[in-house]
Amino acid sequence: MMGDQRRGEPAVFEKSRPGRRASSIPALDVPAVDPAEALPGVELAAQPPSLPELGELDLVRHFTRLSHRNHGIDVGFYPLGSCSMKYNPRLAEAVASLPGFRDLHPWAPDEAAQGTLGLLWELERWLAEMTGLHAATFQPAAGAHGELCGLMLIRAYHVDQGDPRRTIVVPDSAHGTNPASAAMCGYQVVTVPSGQDGLVDVGALERLVDEQTAGLMLTNPNTLGLFEVEISRIAAALHRVGALLYYDGANFNAICGRVRPGDMGFDVVHLNVHKTFATPHGGGGPGAGPVVVSERLAPYLPAPVVVKNPGGEFHWDHNRPQSIGRLHGFHGNAGVLVRAYAYLLAHGGDGLARMSAKAVLNARYLAVQIAEALPLGYPQHPPMHEFVATGKALRRHGVRVLDLCKRLIDLGYHPPTNYFPLIVDEALMVEPTETETPETLDGFAAAVRQAVAEAERAPELLHEAPVTTPVRRLDEGKAGRELVLRWDPAHA
Amino acid sequence: MEFAPHTDADLERMLAVVGERDLDGLFAHIPHDLVLDQPLSLPAGLSEDEVLRRLAGMAAANRTEAVCFAGGGAYDHYVPAVVGALVTRGELLTAYTPYQPEVSQGILQALFEYQTVICELTGLPVSNASLYDGGSAVAEAVSMACAATKRDRVLAAMALDRPSRTILRTYAQPFGRAIEEIPYDPVTGQTPVAALGDGLAAVVIQQPNALGVVEDVRAHAEAAHAAGAQLVVKLEPTSAGLLATPGSQGADLVVGEGQPLGQGLGFGGPTLGFLACRREQVRRLPGRVVGQTVDVEGRRGYVMTLRAREQDIRRERATSNICTNQTLNAVAALVYLTWLGPQGLAELARACLARARHAAAALAAIEGVELAVTGPFVKEFALRLDVPDPHAAVAALHHAGYLVGPVVEDGPAAGAVLIATTERRTRAEVEGLADAVERVVKETR
Repeated sequence: MMGDQRRGEPAVFEKSRPGRRASSIPALDVPAVDPAEALPGVELAAQPPSLPELGELDLVRHFTRLSHRNHGIDVGFYPLGSCSMKYNPRLAEAVASLPGFRDLHPWAPDEAAQGTLGLLWELERWLAEMTGLHAATFQPAAGAHGELCGLMLIRAYHVDQGDPRRTIVVPDSAHGTNPASAAMCGYQVVTVPSGQDGLVDVGALERLVDEQTAGLMLTNPNTLGLFEVEISRIAAALHRVGALLYYDGANFNAICGRVRPGDMGFDVVHLNVHKTFATPHGGGGPGAGPVVVSERLAPYLPAPVVVKNPGGEFHWDHNRPQSIGRLHGFHGNAGVLVRAYAYLLAHGGDGLARMSAKAVLNARYLAVQIAEALPLGYPQHPPMHEFVATGKALRRHGVRVLDLCKRLIDLGYHPPTNYFPLIVDEALMVEPTETETPETLDGFAAAVRQAVAEAERAPELLHEAPVTTPVRRLDEGKAGRELVLRWDPAHA
Repeated sequence: MEFAPHTDADLERMLAVVGERDLDGLFAHIPHDLVLDQPLSLPAGLSEDEVLRRLAGMAAANRTEAVCFAGGGAYDHYVPAVVGALVTRGELLTAYTPYQPEVSQGILQALFEYQTVICELTGLPVSNASLYDGGSAVAEAVSMACAATKRDRVLAAMALDRPSRTILRTYAQPFGRAIEEIPYDPVTGQTPVAALGDGLAAVVIQQPNALGVVEDVRAHAEAAHAAGAQLVVKLEPTSAGLLATPGSQGADLVVGEGQPLGQGLGFGGPTLGFLACRREQVRRLPGRVVGQTVDVEGRRGYVMTLRAREQDIRRERATSNICTNQTLNAVAALVYLTWLGPQGLAELARACLARARHAAAALAAIEGVELAVTGPFVKEFALRLDVPDPHAAVAALHHAGYLVGPVVEDGPAAGAVLIATTERRTRAEVEGLADAVERVVKETR
């Protein structure tokens, strides 16, 4: 990288020159067709869309230079809580680009897709084993898509019982996707408070569930990284009124191979394979959010599902009369699932149990290292794969957690998740994952301690941070007021 | 093979720091009846070499050597080498949602540029930063139209691809929202401008439609607007190299499946869905949106904006539940469209048209074979084979080395087989397909 990052990278449209191009299209070996003649009465484009016009070298340079302006796990520590930013093995990329996976048409006949169908069938068995549940769908393309799917399954189940219900309960510490998914599924959201110790207030929960409760959405460990030790009592409270339990798998990396949602009483689970099974996050997707369910919810799964016939061949079963329908135009993010399969095959059952233990160990260790500088928001229970610290003490120096995060950038670290969950004042949610060395954790902890010390001694270092990045703090208010949402030379 | 780097000495030291004797101790506070006392019943872990070999065997069990004339939303366009080379750069591949814009300008600027090229393809002024796929994008657009019109009735063309129609019903069901269907004209395959009735929120059509036929978007837009409804168009994006943009013809919401934009086939995923709208709909957009701004020194930069729509801020009052979407696929689409450029896209669309016309003429000349409908087509067309079971014919053609389909499942053209010709299909391949079709039809008639 040359030292001109701070000069900025022009928009690709600014590099465009009429007539320049990178593409080559095979010459026609059939008669050319005049579109106006071939398509009488059809309104044709007067000119093609104004796409950028670049030679291939400038195209490559543009995106390479954009990549230099971006932080990824490959670049450095990325302890973003709730996101499991662990190493993404390149093995998985090699596997997904095998021609047999890469070149398979989604509507290929089943006999031409035996490799992928067999993989999905086996992956379904593995996910069922890991979650203690029964059957899965692979259509959801992300965790929130899985939430929507799972809630639709819960709804279909209750409707089938002649008992459509109105409400979904979520804790006040839940991911925002939980209430948003419930609303997309037509439910009213009822919030259950957390107790003084950061766990669900089970007494309050028992009082607010009733025969209108369709289900409860819960992560366990919860978004504070704390295991809901009363989960069996929680499950009993829901099941007693005929409601179901939904497990948000965002935090599955804490318990994979150790504790199974099905054994805790959950009826439906989504797993974020881009978190627990290390498929790349891609700057915000693609992920995959397979949904695994108990036997009584299996008939409602989106169609088709993969089945194995007695002869050992795999095929899509479309004959699913009770199915909720479809959530994806093809079969979900199959290429992501291939990567997840490779990851699971590499680890095996033992390896997964070691993976989650080391994820917990790294988080617990890091929490101890920074506890003096930034105490836990809820210290009564031990954190698992992530922890939530509070920066409220920084307020007396006029410093916010956001300032601390920006200073961490200058010190070489991607900041943790901040201001979530909402029940912790000035929250900093840290998830180191199992793939980091103790040296990296020690370095990060030292940076946190340094930044916290600076908050008292030299708060301007935090207020002005970051100063080492391609751009400094950005005016989000201006972006929201002016809404420049596409390239426009008038706003250059 | 595992990826945690801890040595035994590391583990010992770290366990001492946290006050546990061993790794199991980290789970000791969990009720004992919930903790597994034996490993998961999964195969034992393997080395990298073993995993790769196992997966290579599974990949080889997929048969991808047939010449691809299949369509139905996924097309065998060439994916240039630069796409894979650039989107596998670790800084982009291993990043996440750009919550910290100062260290995420690469992804943010790429998404801003992506939004721009989607505006260009659709003819609308605003695009979001991607959705899961084309089918879920249709459902999201219909939700926007319902919110904008405060109405609940939806009319969807039967010539909207079948997965999209099913997804639309699936998303609508919790709200008791009725999806009525407009049949297509049995002769032309076009969707007629129907009597729309009262209380209509949206009309949904596809361009070109699920039979490959070009629709009259302008007429549908006028009729929808006269009924106080919005027009949603699901657009096959490469057709923008040839056809007027739906936005310029009056569509209010244009969505589509991004697979043809440099994504490859990949069994249909991951790809992306795109969604564009008019300016007045901007606060109803689902998912991420990137906007341009400046930093404290006045330098141009990019941030996620309109955040008050989103689930992590607005929770149950959010416009959608989307968090992770298809960012890297959106970047791939941007790289692909930049590689193509306007001339390349126009050439590509014209090549598809010429090859489709040639293939249709060659195939329709066979006895027992005819075009299922007469409407204008650009890349894909529906072929009626005089055979008792079109699915068996498709299987026989696959055995002969040609992938075609899918088979049209409902409406007057039910049983017709879709044939798609991308820029990659050659005259010799079309001749081979014609020979195989002739043989299959003769043998099974």
